[in-house]
Amino acid sequence: MDLDDTDRAILRALERDASQSAAALGGRIGLSQPATWRRMKRLRDGGVIAGRRVALDAEKLGFGVTVFLGVKLATKGRVSLDDFERAVMAIPEVQLVEHVLGLYDYRLRVVARDLADFERVLRRRVMTLPGVGNVEANVLLSEERRPGPL
Amino acid sequence: MLDDIDRRLLRQMQADPSLTAADLAARAGVSPLKAQRRLGRLQERGILKGQHAVIDWRALGYGVTVSLRITLDKTQARAFDEFIAAARGIAEVTEIQTFLGRVDLRLSVIARDMGHYQQIYRDSILALPHMADIEALMTVATLYDDESLPL
Repeated sequence: MDLDDTDRAILRALERDASQSAAALGGRIGLSQPATWRRMKRLRDGGVIAGRRVALDAEKLGFGVTVFLGVKLATKGRVSLDDFERAVMAIPEVQLVEHVLGLYDYRLRVVARDLADFERVLRRRVMTLPGVGNVEANVLLSEERRPGPL
Repeated sequence: MLDDIDRRLLRQMQADPSLTAADLAARAGVSPLKAQRRLGRLQERGILKGQHAVIDWRALGYGVTVSLRITLDKTQARAFDEFIAAARGIAEVTEIQTFLGRVDLRLSVIARDMGHYQQIYRDSILALPHMADIEALMTVATLYDDESLPL
């Protein structure tokens, strides 16, 4: 989909705060409520706005540790990929599963209450996944989402 | 810290962030007024920080996503700050994360195609300061992406 500057301004505003109304957003960028609403609808219908993400303070909710895992499979083949993927997506602490090309086969984002809890998830759930081989863990210290090329 | 009502509200909101206030309250089994008060309180406490639109960059023609795992030259005291400040200046960088582990930082970079990626990599990424090592993982597919907390 092609965007003009007004679309880009709307996307930037919604990336910051997706809960604002068309009237409030339009007021800020100098566009009427109906015109803003039509553009928001077009962006949603065109799949540019894929949805919304709720930002919660994980630490205040008792999830103090986020770890990214690089996972290499020990055995390859279609069956082992399917088994691994199905099992890994069923782990409640796993938030992201990416199939990647490079040093690892999969990238996982795992949330846990603390390091001891993470160790439990790693030993009981991740290391027991079908076909799992080498695993590398990096503990997240900070993260920042950028608006992207808008 | 959280009681059952808070938990139910946050669980339902995570499951469907676009619910109206009335629907959210109904699904959590509380009155709209009570839901509003609870959510306001969660915001005040900094637990509920907001909602952000998720952009599907593929729909805008960005078909390539690469994770760049970076090790910095830590003999430079300001390496992290200067690297991050410079990375913020690259429009195609959508995430900047810092780690404790084998790598120091990760950048998520999007590009229209491999030619475009090569151009970003050569002109912008390799110009970033204090890099000791860089390693790329190309995303083939995102199979699951749900940052909901298991509340």
